[in-house]
Amino acid sequence: MERWTSDEVKNRPEALKPLTDLLFQLADDDLVIGYRDQEWLGLAPHIEEDVAFGSIAQEEIGHAAWYFRMLEELGMGRADDLASLREARERKNAVMLELPNGEGADYLTAPHFDWDWTIVRHYLHDVWEMARLEALKTSRYLPLAEASEKILSEKRYHRAHQELWMRTMARHDSVSRQKLEAATAKAFQWLGDLPSVGPAETALEHLGIFSGVDEAKRAFWDQVDTFFGELRIHRPEAAKPLDGRQGQHTPELARALSTLSEVYRLDPTAKW
Amino acid sequence: MIGEEDVYRVLEQVHDPEIRAVNIVDLGMVWDVKASDHVVHVTLIPTFVGCSAQTIIQRVAESRLAAAFPDVRVAVDLNLSGSWHTDRISERGREALKQSGIAPPGKDLGDVACPFCGSRDAAMENLFASTSCRSLYYCRACHNPFEAFKPL
Repeated sequence: MERWTSDEVKNRPEALKPLTDLLFQLADDDLVIGYRDQEWLGLAPHIEEDVAFGSIAQEEIGHAAWYFRMLEELGMGRADDLASLREARERKNAVMLELPNGEGADYLTAPHFDWDWTIVRHYLHDVWEMARLEALKTSRYLPLAEASEKILSEKRYHRAHQELWMRTMARHDSVSRQKLEAATAKAFQWLGDLPSVGPAETALEHLGIFSGVDEAKRAFWDQVDTFFGELRIHRPEAAKPLDGRQGQHTPELARALSTLSEVYRLDPTAKW
Repeated sequence: MIGEEDVYRVLEQVHDPEIRAVNIVDLGMVWDVKASDHVVHVTLIPTFVGCSAQTIIQRVAESRLAAAFPDVRVAVDLNLSGSWHTDRISERGREALKQSGIAPPGKDLGDVACPFCGSRDAAMENLFASTSCRSLYYCRACHNPFEAFKPL
């Protein structure tokens, strides 16, 4: 299969649209989960966990930065602007990833954060990200194939971290187990749009930009079922109240973006 | 006429600010070097994609090369045309890591020796540590905590 470079895709409008739509999903997923992760800095359950989650946050945002740079190369605008200035309705992240770290939690005044929910959500993100990148290693778009190979090799550390926590929660005592069950129930109320690639699915498949979407979804569900089975935690059916891949979001996303980009918006031309 | 080895000699003076002991050539970050009478073109690849030092390294490499070769055009790209793995770290790089108290990467997370006393009786304390590329261990033999490069 002949691989495409950024210049080749720019001359193929039929490929540019679905490709950039997919890249926005990758970038927005990692940016918003990285944002939620970094809100834990100083609040994680213990000092080593603070270090671990700080690293994971940095890596998620670092991965997002690469995807935004790929969008810049395709003529979509400056990477920093794409990350900081787009409205919530333009964002393609899965809805679950934008939700706060706890109930009614305001980061600055009352961070009543929920660690179990944070870990379960992150685990589900990691499994989908890995299934997606595994398929994208053979993408016809060469820069994406190369990035997938590389980012995949780092993601396994994130997933190992969440799995270790979930195993610990499942077997520690009845309280930790109940909290894990509650976090799982909550995640599945929102999960529906995560393992999906949005309205361009057929085009992505047909053009060879994302071959094997169904296989990637199946891999996601197989791995999730196997792991929850091992933990003997019941997982409900996944609901999809909103479809983030189509720009539908909760008000939480706009709130997060306004904090995330507050400094950047003061002077978008500033040199850092 | 600028030779590739001249370019490498300059790049050996560039360090990752988070791992001062090892230069970027020994770290395996230099993917490609092209040198001619008019142009020096270097392609770097990041160790970890989310590493916050990468653009600093790119800028330092660019300014060092520009200073060394003032009469040619210098370009330093940072991309993922090659996938960085820990086996790209040279023998000299592994030795330098050990000297600075960081265990060089092994085959897997269990394959690690204390950089201070050499004991393999070490417990992993944290998969993550002060930078993306390292994990935290505790040596049961000499009772020192130490960091180890994550195998990739």
